[in-house]
Amino acid sequence: MLCVTALMAGVLFGFGLSISEMINPARVIGFLDVAGRWDPTLAFVMGGALAITGPAFALILRRPRPWLADKFILPTRRDIDRPLILGAALFGIGWGLGGFCPGPALAALASGSPAVFLFVLAMVGGQWLAGRFTP
Amino acid sequence: MSEPNLLGGLIGGALISVAASILMLLNGRIAGVSGILGGVFWAISGVERFWRVAFVIGLVGGAAIYSFAAGGLKIELAASNLILLMAGFLVGMGTRLGSGCTSGHGVCGLARRSPRSLAATATFMLFGALTVFVMRHVSF
Repeated sequence: MLCVTALMAGVLFGFGLSISEMINPARVIGFLDVAGRWDPTLAFVMGGALAITGPAFALILRRPRPWLADKFILPTRRDIDRPLILGAALFGIGWGLGGFCPGPALAALASGSPAVFLFVLAMVGGQWLAGRFTP
Repeated sequence: MSEPNLLGGLIGGALISVAASILMLLNGRIAGVSGILGGVFWAISGVERFWRVAFVIGLVGGAAIYSFAAGGLKIELAASNLILLMAGFLVGMGTRLGSGCTSGHGVCGLARRSPRSLAATATFMLFGALTVFVMRHVSF
């Protein structure tokens, strides 16, 4: 059952990334290109998502537990440490270079583009390497 | 360069929040794609792996459904294969080291008002913009 709901969530997520064109790197780079012809689309995607997810999470997390599992699994750390900032910076550089972050890159596999496949393969390789250095 | 797609952006954002809310309300999990992808390969148990595999299949499937309905996906690559290889590697390393990406930190983390997610989101936005600035507006 957990798999069925995760599949549903994935489908909605992938459809949402497609209809908002976030799977198109040109759109993402257009957003990051603040000195060029700025494309606000990504801000509308994130802003729209936050406007609903914020209140929705507040309501959901008031419950003692989720419907299908024993407990909510949430990150508990609140400190800002070096790996967090260094990781986010490396991710930002890669994001700016390719115009793909993990969600859109995976969704874009549906296009069958070999370049996207290459990106995803490198991404998994990068995750593997980082996993060797962090517990 | 096409016109901004603001309506598509808002609809997409709404769908993403429904997806994140489903995963939280029913499964009690954060919809962070980099973490979910990592768990596909390095999960500690089969149960932990299966739902993540299902989510990733759904992610690709959702884009495939859209592609079928809209008659294709528009993907304009921003870089050569070599740059994409480097970019993918940096995105993979960075999201694992930094415990999240645009969905986990940028949407779910900010929605929970996590200070770590706010710091991470500000950092990857800044470095993303700086990188694009150097690539587009600085001549070597």
